[in-house]
Amino acid sequence: MDSLVIIGNGITGMTTARLVRKQSDRPIIVISDETDFFYSRPALMYIFMGHMKFEHTKPYEDWFWEKNKIQLLRATVTSIDTNAKSIALNNGQTLPYGQLVIATGSRTNKFGWPGQDLTGVQGLYGMRDLELMEKNTSNVSRAVIVGGGLIGIEMAEMLHSRNIPVTFLVRETNYWDNILPQEEAKLVGRHIREYGIDLRLGTQLKEILPGNDGRVRAVLTDKGEEIACQFVGLTAGVTPNTDVAKSSAIEINRGILVNEFLETNVPGVYAAGDCAEFRMNRPRHPKIEQLWYTGRMQAETLAKTLCGIRTPYDRGVWFNSAKFFDIEYQTYGFVSNLPMPDEESLYWEHPEGKHCVRIVYDKTNRTVIGFNLFGIRYRQAICERWIRDRRTVEYVLENLAEANFDPEFFREFEHEVIALFNSTNPARKVLLKRRRGLFQMA
Amino acid sequence: MQPISIELPHRDFSAIKKAGLALCAVGFLFMIMALMEVSRSNPVLFFMLSAGSMVTGALVFILPQLKESPAGIKHNRLFFLSATSRGFWGWAAAVFFTGFYVILYWFPQYLENLIRTTDWLSWIMRGKPADQWFLYGFYYTLAVVVMGIRMIVKNRHNRYQIIRTCSVMFFQLGFAFLIPGLLQLFNQPEFYFTYFWPLKYSYLFPNDIQWLMSQPGGLGVFMIYWGAMMSFVATPALTYFFGKRWYCSWVCGCGGLAETLGDPYRHLSDKSLWSWKIERYLIYSVLVFVVMTTLLLWINSATQGAMFGTWSQNFSSVYGFYIGALFSGVIGVGFYPLMGSRVWCRFGCPMAAILGLLQKYWSRFRITTNGGQCISCGNCSTYCEMGIDVRAYAMKGQNIIRASCVGCGICSAVCPRGVLNLENGPMEGRYNLGR
Ligand SMILES: Cc1cc2nc3c(=O)[nH]c(=O)nc-3n(C[C@H](O)[C@H](O)[C@H](O)COP(=O)(O)OP(=O)(O)OC[C@H]3O[C@@H](n4cnc5c(N)ncnc54)[C@H](O)[C@@H]3O)c2cc1C
Ligand code: SF4
Ligand code: SF4
Repeated sequence: MDSLVIIGNGITGMTTARLVRKQSDRPIIVISDETDFFYSRPALMYIFMGHMKFEHTKPYEDWFWEKNKIQLLRATVTSIDTNAKSIALNNGQTLPYGQLVIATGSRTNKFGWPGQDLTGVQGLYGMRDLELMEKNTSNVSRAVIVGGGLIGIEMAEMLHSRNIPVTFLVRETNYWDNILPQEEAKLVGRHIREYGIDLRLGTQLKEILPGNDGRVRAVLTDKGEEIACQFVGLTAGVTPNTDVAKSSAIEINRGILVNEFLETNVPGVYAAGDCAEFRMNRPRHPKIEQLWYTGRMQAETLAKTLCGIRTPYDRGVWFNSAKFFDIEYQTYGFVSNLPMPDEESLYWEHPEGKHCVRIVYDKTNRTVIGFNLFGIRYRQAICERWIRDRRTVEYVLENLAEANFDPEFFREFEHEVIALFNSTNPARKVLLKRRRGLFQMA
Repeated sequence: MQPISIELPHRDFSAIKKAGLALCAVGFLFMIMALMEVSRSNPVLFFMLSAGSMVTGALVFILPQLKESPAGIKHNRLFFLSATSRGFWGWAAAVFFTGFYVILYWFPQYLENLIRTTDWLSWIMRGKPADQWFLYGFYYTLAVVVMGIRMIVKNRHNRYQIIRTCSVMFFQLGFAFLIPGLLQLFNQPEFYFTYFWPLKYSYLFPNDIQWLMSQPGGLGVFMIYWGAMMSFVATPALTYFFGKRWYCSWVCGCGGLAETLGDPYRHLSDKSLWSWKIERYLIYSVLVFVVMTTLLLWINSATQGAMFGTWSQNFSSVYGFYIGALFSGVIGVGFYPLMGSRVWCRFGCPMAAILGLLQKYWSRFRITTNGGQCISCGNCSTYCEMGIDVRAYAMKGQNIIRASCVGCGICSAVCPRGVLNLENGPMEGRYNLGR
């Protein structure tokens, strides 16, 4: 039968394999050069911090794959021959395929900084980086992290857990404020500093300076300051890993180009996850989706297509989540970092500065567009439903307790959010319909 | 399999924490000394030197955490430290706990001098000298209280954990230590209101019932009534509304010890499918065993021994030895540092078996998952003391309804994406299929 070959054993590759297996008996081979078994990439930090061992980050026990007749191969795919419908491996083997899925993920961005390849300078993307980081961080008296995204702050937390002083260079005026509105960005910034991280806002890396031993000795910032350090973490984003398709007939831009069915220009060849780039324009959605969730959802769509039900990818209502040291973050729908002309937002922050809620809504018809939550958990299903059903901000506030997903006995803040709204909208006062209480569920 | 070699990180305990550990060690040495003849001359002094130093040392170790870093989940280095990752100190602790139980159950004569150091307290509380069980009860309660403080400090950002920990400390201190002691002071039968059949199996055995019936005053009869009500009415009712957690992680003394003294070891429970299988065979076998023992004893008692003679009594002794002592004590607590904090609760406890069946088929309790937010990181499964592979459900967006879940809430607390929540709700639709 038509064999399915998948390059990459990340969330995208493995979800595709699993779901195709549920619907068909065809041979499935997954090839990866990173690890023998699928593990959770977002959990890398916890291995370094001693919260878990590598084995705990594997979502399935090792026997699972064989039992489901999903063949795993540890090798690097060096090239794809779309005419012969085969791929070449670094061990000299060639492997024919019926259908091919490219799910090769990303790699760390390096922007050509002088000194970026010195010993002690690295990114964090995979298992190899983690091992390298283990080596690079022994006997380090200061580390510098460059780039204020999600991986940067994780790296800061990792180093902090080993008691290594960290200087965190962030280009933006507030942490991650190319995504977060100012208030939220400041909230996170305060928390980063609470941990003793030396957060340098509005500061860029200019050069990484070598010592006599070929190791990093210091970094030079655009402000002309030299910061002595023995470790530099490069965390200014990731870029699609398209190497494998480069010398083939498969079209590439920044990522491997696909249509809404995740089909490349070559019939029978698909790409999904971090490495794929959509051809079509989708308002407010990025063309390259570099998330665990999107990898999984793209794979869920792709599996249907591979099993004969050609299905377009639908991201649904946007959501994402992360954790900044101790502060959890969830977002539903669209919350843009800069105020949009036709939108208004209600922003409530707890006096302690570790919890906040932002609800963005349309100025004219008052329908809710997005939520930002810090230090508070909301139900995804409820928020999605409100956004999809175009509920007004007044309706949402009245029913806010329904969305609360914090554990039992936690402080409930709905009243305070509503009180704030009422004080600024005296003409439209709302009343909380009910408290969440201990025995209520949505 | 992964060629990753994580060396021991260079970060160490702070000086004050080291001092706390040292004080604990000193107290421990005095405790060993108290086992010997020397302590006879001044048992109270030895009590102060051993228990006093250990408690002070533990608090000196625990309390600085309040200032060390902001509140939040701090499992840093757990898998690097030898005490919490089955290294040398982990094994040493296991040998110590196991040895303690063996001596306690079968060679209490060696504890004689140590028991005498608690006489003074026993006199105050019970109006009589201490015995091995008083000693045991005292140190057990002390462990729950001191390590409960640790649990609260560690989870000070989480109200569910704070309240729950206060609850187990309260029930252990009040109902499993003070009240049974005071009852004796007032010449009443020693009785534990928070333990009932089948965990405290003998409370429904004919012998205990006859003994309680024969007590002067109405209290004995009330105790029989109380025990039966708790076993047959309160257990199903409370489990229906709250799940098995109302008992296992809020009231029970075994659970109380697991949630406090056992907390540093919770991640060592086995999560494999294989161990889940073993768990089901073992726990339901024990349940059948205890039900049979109870039935045999009653049939025998009703027929005045005509039916089984001494045979049913032997059956009950076998249960007492293998399950009551060896399993629940020696293995149950002794293996904390090797197999996690809930070995007994997971593999052996017949009470947990019944509560579990109720929880699975007749309860409003479930752990809900928040849409598609799971990143499969594995924190929930790793820190589930019952060895439940929580992630397997969370990834699919399925509710978690497992007989063994004690509702400790730690999976929900450690999840970095806020995916899990313990909830009580209508039974219909409780089992969802997820994605
Ligand atoms: C530290 C870190 C934290 C993160 N945290 C989050 C988070 O909290 N939430 C979130 O949504 N996302 C997070 N992400 C992003 C998320 O992990 C990725 O979006 C996701 O893993 C991408 O999955 P994928 O399957 O598309 O690719 P990958 O997981 O990258 O898998 C691709 C695999 O293919 C292999 N491969 C590549 N080329 C070849 C070849 N030629 N031959 C053989 N094998 C090859 C690679 O080695 C790799 O193992 C995080 C990423 C990192 C690095
Ligand atoms: S801890 Fe949370 S994110 Fe991690 S696997 Fe469990 S449910 Fe998923
Ligand atoms: S599933 Fe969660 S609540 Fe239940 S026992 Fe495990 S960690 Fe505790």
